[in-house]
Amino acid sequence: MNQFKFRKVRNKLFLFSLSIAAVVCLAPLIMVTSFMLQKGAASLDLDFFTKLPVPVGEAGGGMLHAILGTIYMVTLGSLMAVPLGLIGGIYLSEYGKGGISKALRLATDVMTGIPSIIIGIFAYILLVVPFKSFSALSGAVALAIIILPVVIRSSEEILKLVPKHIREAGLALGLPRWKVILFIIVRGNLSALFTGVMLAIARASGETAPLLFTAFGNMYLSYSPMEPMASLPVQIYTYAISPFEDWQRQSWAGAFVLIILVIGVNLGARFLMNPKALKNFLKRSSS
Amino acid sequence: MRLFSLLFISLALCSTSASALTKINGAGATFPYPIYSKWFSEYQKINKDVQFNYQSIGSGGGIRQVLKETVDFGATDAPMLEKEMAKAKSPITHIPTVLGAVTVAYNLPEVSGDLKLDAKTLVNIFLGTITKWNHKDIAILNPDLKLPAKDILPVYRADGSGTTNIFTDYMSAVSKDFKDKVGVGKAVSWPIGIGGKGNEGVTNMVKQTPGSIGYIELAYALNNNLKTVAIKNKSGKFVSPTIEGISASAAKTDLASQGFKGSIVNADGDDAYPISAFTYILLPTKTNNVQLEEVKKFLVWALTKGQSFTKELHYAPLPANLAKQLLEVVKK
Amino acid sequence: MLNQQTHNATPTKSIAKKLSGAYGDKVAKVFMQTVALAILALLFLMVYLLFEMSLEAIKEFGFGFLTSTDWDPIMEEFSALPFFYGTLVTSILALLIAAPISVMVAIFITDILPVKLGQVLGLFVEMIAAIPSIVFGLWGLFFLAPIVREQITPLLKSTLGFLPIFQGPSFGIGVLTASIILAIMILPTITSISREVFKSVPQHQKEAALALGATREEMIRLAVLRPSFSGITGAIVLGFGRALGETMAVAMVIGNSSRISASLFAPGATMSSVIANEYAEASAGLHLSSLCYVGLLLFLVTLVVNSSARFIVWKFSPIARSARKDKRA
Repeated sequence: MNQFKFRKVRNKLFLFSLSIAAVVCLAPLIMVTSFMLQKGAASLDLDFFTKLPVPVGEAGGGMLHAILGTIYMVTLGSLMAVPLGLIGGIYLSEYGKGGISKALRLATDVMTGIPSIIIGIFAYILLVVPFKSFSALSGAVALAIIILPVVIRSSEEILKLVPKHIREAGLALGLPRWKVILFIIVRGNLSALFTGVMLAIARASGETAPLLFTAFGNMYLSYSPMEPMASLPVQIYTYAISPFEDWQRQSWAGAFVLIILVIGVNLGARFLMNPKALKNFLKRSSS
Repeated sequence: MRLFSLLFISLALCSTSASALTKINGAGATFPYPIYSKWFSEYQKINKDVQFNYQSIGSGGGIRQVLKETVDFGATDAPMLEKEMAKAKSPITHIPTVLGAVTVAYNLPEVSGDLKLDAKTLVNIFLGTITKWNHKDIAILNPDLKLPAKDILPVYRADGSGTTNIFTDYMSAVSKDFKDKVGVGKAVSWPIGIGGKGNEGVTNMVKQTPGSIGYIELAYALNNNLKTVAIKNKSGKFVSPTIEGISASAAKTDLASQGFKGSIVNADGDDAYPISAFTYILLPTKTNNVQLEEVKKFLVWALTKGQSFTKELHYAPLPANLAKQLLEVVKK
Repeated sequence: MLNQQTHNATPTKSIAKKLSGAYGDKVAKVFMQTVALAILALLFLMVYLLFEMSLEAIKEFGFGFLTSTDWDPIMEEFSALPFFYGTLVTSILALLIAAPISVMVAIFITDILPVKLGQVLGLFVEMIAAIPSIVFGLWGLFFLAPIVREQITPLLKSTLGFLPIFQGPSFGIGVLTASIILAIMILPTITSISREVFKSVPQHQKEAALALGATREEMIRLAVLRPSFSGITGAIVLGFGRALGETMAVAMVIGNSSRISASLFAPGATMSSVIANEYAEASAGLHLSSLCYVGLLLFLVTLVVNSSARFIVWKFSPIARSARKDKRA
């Protein structure tokens, strides 16, 4: 009897500790978002989106240049990485058995695990040193290397779920395999592939470390790929470690915009994408 | 690879031919960043076709980027070393632009008066031999302050910094112990404390952390309402960092005879603030370079009209005769 | 996915293939293979360039790079040990905090909560992974650091202050704060992998335990946790791999000091934070090369950790078993 009671108490304690763990786990999420909501939303104004920075220590100004810079480099990076990544993913799902695909799969896993700061070093050596200038291009290449393995993985996971009989039906109609892949398998899953790409891009647009010494920073608008360019995360970082209150205010506002953007895309993707593919993809990409 | 490079170059050509604006990239010291960013913004108001992009990444970075030719000009508070000069592909000229002071700022909400320190105590704090604010060495110097029994947290620069160079230059000048244990340089290994990135980072760290003490440029301390230590100078007077104190330090130096670079720490004079320094723009001497010509035009402006902005931003203007000599050098 | 045999099984198709697109297929395949090889080449290029830049430091310091404790840019003495130590300490501490919580949350989601509610909780946990590192850094600097300084440190000092790791002054910025942030950042990784592991435990096993009169706690301990041991280990090692490479959030709150200190309140630096702080500023060639060497080491360490995690998860866990079963089906 006594032991039975002991077991029951232990069971209660166990369940209780599980709920505590859940609360502890959610607490930081709530604290971070509420902190950003409080500080960030209060700091946000129209100037933030429309103005350029003012000289050091003066109040006012905004992050227009950084917002445009992030859009510019993420777009440029995506233009490089997304086609390659899609082709890689299609190759893995459709021809995924040979030596090359095994190597590619391994390389994708390795690339996903590379700390982003190291990708920054690579882009620095590859493009900043030979061209003798910090450049938006080197930043875009660094972002592309971050986007690439994520796109490969997500597209592989999505296309793998296409039932075999669809491929066979296509082939049975006498279509060549490349047409089956392009017009049936890829076209039929465009929206899912698109969400996978969006997830990759969302991840890249929040990256700071690979841009620190590639795109560097710029206090002005710049449109040339060969010039240093500001980006939202780097600007947030610069302002966050500065002592000026107005800059700190703007860095909160920037973080707020970033978090809304990234979480928005993520939530959106979850509702659009096939749940199973998403799950497999997240399982692999969270590693 | 070759194909890639070709692609990139063609991209680059497209973009540069599209704009008539001359863009000039500079990087380096954070010490003069407040005045430089004011200068660039004022200068651009009168010269609309030139745009200066200056990144304050620290003097060490400024020197390296100039040597790698990734920027059109660099900025540093620590004159380049001989071995650094030797690496340059084209000779580099140092142009002093303004004078500034490295202040020792602290955060002690409990203490209302102004803290006074002498060189020895300051050295011991940064060497970690004095660890509490109510240590007797500090108390003796500040008989009328009530010092708390708090831990002292020294804050230093984590990046390669001219401010560090000036500060360690001073500390080594006054203490052999410091010279042996830490030495002079843009990045040194500190025996104690935490590192902040840039003058911005150190200022922020001091501002955020009660009990901390850090060395930062005067403008950063004043703009952020941080308290600064009055330091005992060579003549035995406690001097707070002021523009007059900086100018007094520079009064007797003849920079022209030293190739326009030199140290003025621990200077003679009753009013001299002992941790003062020149800050320099590094000018690579290339010929037929559009950017370089624009930088020179800017420097002429900075050495004349620009000097009038110094006081409101808490820097000291260059001594008049030095500014004249520099104009000759720049116009050459 | 498609195997050649199904094609050949139908003779009409092989004719159709010849007629309409065998050539096109070949082109398509070769094209894709080229792209795949290009991606592989990119990875090799990365590793090679990193190695080439580190060469100067490798020649100068060799393996001594990991034994001396000096990181002194004036004397040009460089050693990765302080950063290696910092990376290890922060990551392990983060694991100690995050691993129990994540595993418990994963159990909570898969075996206790109703399915819908579990999914919602799971979604929230995964949202943590979506928050950019810089945002965590910002939050750590302005929100967490003061809390660590004013609340957590006095608490730890008054209860566990006899331990050397909880001695010395605390200013909020330091190893402990960095570890807490890292712990938060790896929570979703460990949780989501553990969830997969727990989900793959066969339902009848759980029901059998309950039918024998086990309490929920006993059922979970015996029927869920025990068979999932290797899977959980894999999940934790993957979390470790993530913690190792994290840069910005850590760089903002760790205090950037290259000294090795026993106290968790003391400032430190990690391999990635030192690169973030010093790379753009390093003036001497050897300094730069040493930073690349640190990067190379970081790359190798994360590579080893990630591959061993993957090995554990895929070799020993029920996921792999069920995946193999899927394949057969």
